[in-house]
Amino acid sequence: MPSLKEVKTKIVGVTKTAQITKAMNMVASAKLRGAQEKMEAFRPYTAKFNEAMSNLSERANTGGSYPLMEKRDVKSVELIIITSDRGLCGSFNSNIIKLAEQKLKEYEAEGKTVSFICVGKKGFQILKKTGKVRKTYADIMGTFQMFNAREIATEVSEHFLADGGSDRVELLFGEFKSVAIQRPATKEFLPVQPLEAAEGEESGPQISGEYIYEPSAEDIMDVLQPLYLNVMIYHAMLEVGASEHAARMTAMDNATNACNDMISNLTILYNKARQAAITAELMDIVGGAEALK
Amino acid sequence: MAQQIALEVVTPAGAVVSEEVDIVNAPGYGGDFGVLANHAPFLSTIKTGILSYEIGKNRHYLMVSGGFCEVSNNKITFLVESADFGHQIDVERAMRAKERAEKRLAQASAQDESINLARAEASLQRALIRLKAANFK
Repeated sequence: MPSLKEVKTKIVGVTKTAQITKAMNMVASAKLRGAQEKMEAFRPYTAKFNEAMSNLSERANTGGSYPLMEKRDVKSVELIIITSDRGLCGSFNSNIIKLAEQKLKEYEAEGKTVSFICVGKKGFQILKKTGKVRKTYADIMGTFQMFNAREIATEVSEHFLADGGSDRVELLFGEFKSVAIQRPATKEFLPVQPLEAAEGEESGPQISGEYIYEPSAEDIMDVLQPLYLNVMIYHAMLEVGASEHAARMTAMDNATNACNDMISNLTILYNKARQAAITAELMDIVGGAEALK
Repeated sequence: MAQQIALEVVTPAGAVVSEEVDIVNAPGYGGDFGVLANHAPFLSTIKTGILSYEIGKNRHYLMVSGGFCEVSNNKITFLVESADFGHQIDVERAMRAKERAEKRLAQASAQDESINLARAEASLQRALIRLKAANFK
């Protein structure tokens, strides 16, 4: 039976931990709201963008080839891994990293070389052991803006276009399904996939007649494709941002519950120890009195 | 009252403008252009520059950077990376950005790094236009 004091210290310690996890849970839920608002604000932009892109690619596909759409024999694959900067969010980051490691194994088995671009500190911390990280962008997940996404997209596409660079780029990130569900997801990044017209949502009035393009449709495509890449990265970062907070919320909620369970168990233990001590003392007194008779 | 056209300016951070306006002037790829009501379907890329529109006798100015615009069904939509009203622009911050870009420009040209040069030039241009837009209130 542990001593009374030991149990008491432990209870105090666990209570403090519970306070911290509770606070972190609340902070995460506030941040989640912010992240979700950011996602919400971004939605009209992507919707409109995709619409224009699919509209354009229908028209511009016939002529001209675009270096960013060029499909080559895949010899080297680049994976962009987007994780959070901070831990304490359950298995959220490790799921993404596991997926990355699995991909690495698959591609290497096929004799392809793999390189990583890590966005967010957590991915880098684990993946640096593989020695394949080409570039890292850490400590931006809290405050990222469009220009961060642009920087990453530019870096990646320059590498894609360069001789001896990557032939294919994939994006790995945590998809935000709901507050309760986040799962790792993969998206083809480069070469740019020709967009199909949005499924099912073509109820809007069809535009009659041809568009006037300025400059030509092909030139607009040239400008839009890099923008599209920016949008994709930005979108993935938003998803990871929201997922991270949601995952942390759940993790911290679980931690708080676990703490409360521990506290109630420890309290029982404490009471038992207290009773045992009282009993022992009583026995002493009774024993002493008996001896005096 | 003349016919109006619906203007929408959308950035990654949300919609900035959504109004019925009389005329829109925008910095297109091949030079500035104006759009009135019932314009033919039209698609153009947008340079960093000043977008302005008129409602009644009031003219409003926005600084926009990089994107494209689409005109269809009497509606003009701008998809740009950033859009700020002239009066919202932080002049001091823009000044600092300008100085920073100038410094980097000098550095980059000394070391002959074409990529950095292009980036510095772009950010200098953004800063200059932002300052210009700040003068139109």
